[in-house]
Amino acid sequence: MKIEYQNLNKILQKFKANPYKTFKVVTPHTGYIKEFKVKEGDQVVGPSGKWLEKPGTPLFILERERNPKIIRAKISGIVQNLRTDFLNRFVEAEEVILEIKHPLSQKEIISEILLSALYIIRAPETARYILSPAIANKIEKEGLGKVKVKKGDELLIMTFMKRETPIYLTEKGTYVIYNIYFSPFQLIERDSPLIGLCPEENLPYLKKIIERIKDEWPL
Amino acid sequence: MKIALHKNLKNLLDTAIYIKDIKGENFLNIDSLIERISEIYENFYNYEESYIEKFVKETSAHLNYIIDEAEKTLTPYEIVKIARHPQRFTLQDILENVYDSYMELGGEGELNIDPAIVCAKAMIVRKVGHDLYFHQVMVIGHEKGHGEEFRQGGSAKPWGNEKALRYMKMAETEGIPIHFFIFTPGAYPIEDYPGAAQQIARNLYYMAKLKVPTVAFISEGGSGGAEAIGLTDIRLMAEKGYYSVISPEGAAAIEAKLKEGRPPRELVEKCAKALKLTARDNLKFGTIDKIIPEPPLGARKKDYEFFKRLKIELIRATDEVVLQTRSMKFLRKYAMAKQDTEDFKYFVNWDLDEDEIEILIENRYKKYRKMTQWAITEPKSIFKQVFSFGHNIGLKIKNEFKYKILKQGHKSFKKFLDELTSESSLLLKPVSDPVKSVYNLIVGKKIPKVPTQILEEEISTYVSPLALEDKTVTCPQAEKYGCPDIWVPDLYGEFCGVCPNCGYHFPLEYKWYLNNIFDKGSVKFFNDDIASGNPLEYEGYAEKLKIARKKTGLKSALLSFEVKIGGISLIAVMLLAEFRQGTVGVAEGEKFIRAIELAKITRRPFLALVHTTGGIRIHEGTLGVVQMPRCTMAVRDYVDAGGLYIVVYDNNSYAGPVASFLGSAPYQFALKSTRLGFAGPRVIRETTGQDIPPDYHSAENALKRGHIQGIWDRRELRKKLFTALLTMGGKNLYYR
Repeated sequence: MKIEYQNLNKILQKFKANPYKTFKVVTPHTGYIKEFKVKEGDQVVGPSGKWLEKPGTPLFILERERNPKIIRAKISGIVQNLRTDFLNRFVEAEEVILEIKHPLSQKEIISEILLSALYIIRAPETARYILSPAIANKIEKEGLGKVKVKKGDELLIMTFMKRETPIYLTEKGTYVIYNIYFSPFQLIERDSPLIGLCPEENLPYLKKIIERIKDEWPL
Repeated sequence: MKIALHKNLKNLLDTAIYIKDIKGENFLNIDSLIERISEIYENFYNYEESYIEKFVKETSAHLNYIIDEAEKTLTPYEIVKIARHPQRFTLQDILENVYDSYMELGGEGELNIDPAIVCAKAMIVRKVGHDLYFHQVMVIGHEKGHGEEFRQGGSAKPWGNEKALRYMKMAETEGIPIHFFIFTPGAYPIEDYPGAAQQIARNLYYMAKLKVPTVAFISEGGSGGAEAIGLTDIRLMAEKGYYSVISPEGAAAIEAKLKEGRPPRELVEKCAKALKLTARDNLKFGTIDKIIPEPPLGARKKDYEFFKRLKIELIRATDEVVLQTRSMKFLRKYAMAKQDTEDFKYFVNWDLDEDEIEILIENRYKKYRKMTQWAITEPKSIFKQVFSFGHNIGLKIKNEFKYKILKQGHKSFKKFLDELTSESSLLLKPVSDPVKSVYNLIVGKKIPKVPTQILEEEISTYVSPLALEDKTVTCPQAEKYGCPDIWVPDLYGEFCGVCPNCGYHFPLEYKWYLNNIFDKGSVKFFNDDIASGNPLEYEGYAEKLKIARKKTGLKSALLSFEVKIGGISLIAVMLLAEFRQGTVGVAEGEKFIRAIELAKITRRPFLALVHTTGGIRIHEGTLGVVQMPRCTMAVRDYVDAGGLYIVVYDNNSYAGPVASFLGSAPYQFALKSTRLGFAGPRVIRETTGQDIPPDYHSAENALKRGHIQGIWDRRELRKKLFTALLTMGGKNLYYR
């Protein structure tokens, strides 16, 4: 398993050309658009607060069966492609009403890059996971990005209802544990990323890219 | 000599700053005087000694004049400032100066589970002629400290109040009186185990029948925090103290309907005046028993005369409590009235025997039962009064006869027979069987008339006015659980206001409960002519009351009624949101007590259905606050008599009532989506400086920390209540 350089470069270029991600805001169901709460180019914010308890900016009001429903922004960004022509008109479900252009932060770009560049081990089942003790010890001593593993090593232990199943590395070659996406004994949904591995020979290259992102993108 | 002068100057400076803090910097040029004193104080050695001496003499005379002037124009808010000032005496000063020796228990200074509460074992000496008598007492109180951060200004955390309770029990074991000192702006509003409200309720519940004489001294009495150690036989209050349902700032924030930020200063002052929180007002209302005079502008750390006075008053008050339980007391009572010096003319032994303890607890109950009676607005007709008095006595005699004499007779005879048969069944069977069958023949086999154990489904014809709209609503949890929109006639009809997908409970009006939970046509209201009044003459409150009355057609926020569930008859009360957010004042407290007393006499289970309660009604000031101890005492009395007290919360329940007569119930349940706790998010943020998670007050959290016993679904409320009535409660209930 190798990093596909070209692929990675492409992604980087794409981000550079357009460091935004566009989120489409669609109607959850049919109804009449009663009022727009935002204008084209307005800055909106998503849910905030420590527990995301403060709701996002109201975008528009969709009414069905005399039940006016306020649709709110789920992410921060700038409003674009606002369909003002829908005002007071009936719309179908899943109709795109506006788009939110969300500027990607440095952290978001790095995590996007890592997800496409690393070899990700995903959760085979919805269960609780811990690192295998040997690896956990090593990581505690040496830190992330330094511990090497190779084929056949025990990486993780999946525990569910007192049943413990080890998870081994099945790919050939030597890898470095680069990222951990879970906290121990937390219930993980199936197919969520658990750990990200980087082939040993690609490590300097990956590091360089991340350094570059850190330099080039604002926080 | 010079050192003494320097000290004197420092005292003058402190006094001047104190006056400035209380009266403001423009009062009689106090600011320029402070400047002058501090200038001399800082350049002390540049001045001639004789000059300073003269200056000190003149200035102290001038300051005395200013103090006298300041005293004349003291406003209620300035009294609040005096009570909170860091130069005011604290519990530590009292322990040093009033008691002859003491030992702090359960922590010292900062090394303490809660530095805001101090418990100590202390000696107080009574001098009678040449003899010295040592009285051992337990001292429990809030320690504000002279500005130390860790004391939290005397706000007790739940575990602080728990510590207080622990040492109350200790004093009870040892049989020594307890002196409580209240110096708190309010309890620290956090819901960590066991929860601020729960702990206060537990304290009140226990103090209702504490077997030792108790005396409280109030300097700063902030609502629930004060009540947590304030249910006592005698309540003394400092002349420059305040005792209030809420801090003036809190009242102003509510009046101004603020969600964030500080209320304007003028409004705070206005609220301080309207709340009637001074010692004189409280004495007039009967919420305290005696005022301890203080020097002008209040006693401070070094006012030794005041401490001497306080010592006499504390001993006298304890004597009074003790003597009230004794038969031989006339001469000493006479002497006590004249007692004014440190030399006592008589001695009172503070140990109580069993009979005296009984009288003590009875006196305490009577005292609180009588409190605030004058403020009840009820149509007074002598015929009605005589009739209800006679009716009550009749009920008492009837039920005593029915459930005690008759039933106890049956019970004890049956128990005797059971014992006889099971103990030596083989041997005695031929003998006991004929006796038993004769007994059954005469009395009839079924002794208590237990209602049918199967709950019949009642089909209600009641239609909620909320259900009359043709529209849909969105469930507030739709985003999380993907609930579809709900058609209103369905939601408020068949679904009982519960989202069929996630179980979120929408608020329903109180009439729904009356029509859907109880047996059809069984609701019989009583005492519904007791009305909420305006005893403090709080500005604007009369109009608000009028609006509430017009809206609901009711006279108070509490309904009391006799009712049946599946044939079991019970007494119930209901606090409703529609009337001033279910806040509790004098009328509500009195109705609650009368209802629970009726439940005790008739041996019915007692149900408190909380539609919503917003706490104690601030417009009734301390008259509202004392409903907390009053009602809790009634609860204790009822539960001790073997009754079954169940509380069911719905919607929102906060503050005073939860911290007293609701929270002290042994069986508390909440419907889903209920929010219950001590203080709302704004108060918590302002007091603790921390944000709280959105689910902080949820029923799930209350269940987790053991406040409630279960979370019920509204659709099953009738069934759950019926099961609860059958499975819980003491043997004294009429159907047991």
